[in-house]
Amino acid sequence: MNEHPLVQLTLARMREFYREPEAIFWVFGFPIVLAFALGLAFRNSGPGELNVGVASGPGDSALAATLDATPQLGAVVLDSAAARLRLRTGRIALLVVPGDPIVYRYDSTRTESRLARLEVDDALQRARGRSDPAAVRDERIVEAGSRYIDFLIPGLLGMNLLGSGIWGVGFSVVQARQKKLLKRFMATPMRRSHYLLGFILSRLIFLFVEVVALVGFGRLMFGVGIRGSVLLLAGITILGALSFAGLGLLVASRARTIEGVSGLMNLVMLPMWILSGTFFSYARFPDAMIPFVKALPLTALNDALRAVMIDGAALTSLGAPLAVVAAWGAVSFVVALKIFRWR
Amino acid sequence: MAGLDLTVAAGECFGLLGPNGAGKTTTIEILEGLTPPDGGDVEVLGGPWREGPANRALRERLGVQLQETQLADKLTVAETLALFRSFYRRSHSVDEVLALVELEEKRNARVVTLSGGQKQRLSVACALVSRPELLFLDEPTTGLDPQSRRQLWEIIRRFKDAGGTVLLTTHYMEEAERLCDRVAIMDHGKVIALGSPEELIASLGADQIVEFALSDGTTPAGLDALPGVKAVRPGPDRIALTVAQVHRTVPALLGLIERQGAELSLLATHQATLDDVFVALTGRQLRDE
Repeated sequence: MNEHPLVQLTLARMREFYREPEAIFWVFGFPIVLAFALGLAFRNSGPGELNVGVASGPGDSALAATLDATPQLGAVVLDSAAARLRLRTGRIALLVVPGDPIVYRYDSTRTESRLARLEVDDALQRARGRSDPAAVRDERIVEAGSRYIDFLIPGLLGMNLLGSGIWGVGFSVVQARQKKLLKRFMATPMRRSHYLLGFILSRLIFLFVEVVALVGFGRLMFGVGIRGSVLLLAGITILGALSFAGLGLLVASRARTIEGVSGLMNLVMLPMWILSGTFFSYARFPDAMIPFVKALPLTALNDALRAVMIDGAALTSLGAPLAVVAAWGAVSFVVALKIFRWR
Repeated sequence: MAGLDLTVAAGECFGLLGPNGAGKTTTIEILEGLTPPDGGDVEVLGGPWREGPANRALRERLGVQLQETQLADKLTVAETLALFRSFYRRSHSVDEVLALVELEEKRNARVVTLSGGQKQRLSVACALVSRPELLFLDEPTTGLDPQSRRQLWEIIRRFKDAGGTVLLTTHYMEEAERLCDRVAIMDHGKVIALGSPEELIASLGADQIVEFALSDGTTPAGLDALPGVKAVRPGPDRIALTVAQVHRTVPALLGLIERQGAELSLLATHQATLDDVFVALTGRQLRDE
């Protein structure tokens, strides 16, 4: 069994990979670093304390003290020049001018300012003895799956599958071609299909580590769960990995040098990183672009991964995106085999 | 490549000898079935190159070492051999082939850490692992130090002594003389001489070379008429005479130079080699290093 060429080719691929520390970092470390940094930067803390100013005038300090005592507000007394400046630069959301009537000066196009208007008015009216006729109670919830990190982890997973498929296969194939190792193999009775299957098998083994590392990290660090079936998620990642390995093979099918193939790989990957909804939703692009964006394999894979992880979707509802992913893989693989340069 | 007509017999060590660019690598890669020929017939081990299972069946019986192959740096010697042996139905074990090329102590060393000679022996080991009937070696010792070169010669000789057939290319005439039963001297894609090294040297008509130079750089007249001289070849920095009997030619040469009042700045004699055959045929040195 151990002497089967497929086993040996797969082992050789794996050894070459895990003995390359840089590759380990880019495949396993980098997505986790990215998830960590972005997860921290975009954590959902809600709006913080709103800063408001009180213009100097009769009773200004009492007003400021009333507002400052409200948990959602921070208030300072300002002379008119400083108040104008701070209001203009957004350092205070609203300026309260004492008098009768009390004047609220704010920019009504700013969400923060309108929020401040509500909070300030509420605090002042209550302080003057307003009583609320209806009894209310707040119930605060945190919806799982609605945070940025919940959106990000499936996207990073998709991006990682794309990157390691294209790099892992494309780079190694061209390197073997450049070093005339491919030609040397052609001088043996090795079956060409075994050589290519060796890549695919080693990809699938590393895929397992990649997915467990990233999903596990999201779970432990940010509590990102998997709402749908874990088995379905595994199936989708395998399909994605196979499809991107095909794409990697296509990219590497003719290139003779590492420099040449690096350019091609970036040409394939960069547009998808931007367009395919890895870091932000592709719904932000103009409507006319959406059908094109949805036809990209990474978009389809990201959609499917998010549907399972966030919405708990079942296989039956994922037909369209999975068909797109599979079609890209099949077409790439067939074309790659047709035009592959074996020497 | 033009009009190449060669037959290599079983059990023979056959050398393609020639300068860089003579077409040696193209020739051997056509024979290896890696480069399709523009025309003509190629038969290897009794049959032509075919596609499909016949191709693999033929490759089972060959061992190939290519000139430019760089094996994977990150694999160890044993892992590399295990990979290559997995392609063959009938092969040496890793330990057997390590012993054949004397790399046992490097078994677990990564390829990247090997010296040039060790890498080359590993490359030959990958060719030997298939227990080949026919071994193709493309410039197996180019760029190696003398000791590594002798080590490889020993490996090739042992393979031949065990009944194997070898086809190798080289631009070292010494290598061809030591290893090969027959050589084809190639230049500009053509075979310009074919035979055993002894026959080719004998074709010079004399087996000694006398080289000399005068301090004023001139060529004296009347060299052809000296006793025992078969050929005169003026070179850029010396004049070479192909002679049958050094003991008759040299005193006469010295006498001639003295009569002309010239002064000798160099005098040397050696046994004729394949290099001299190449120079006699082309007017150029085999190696322009």
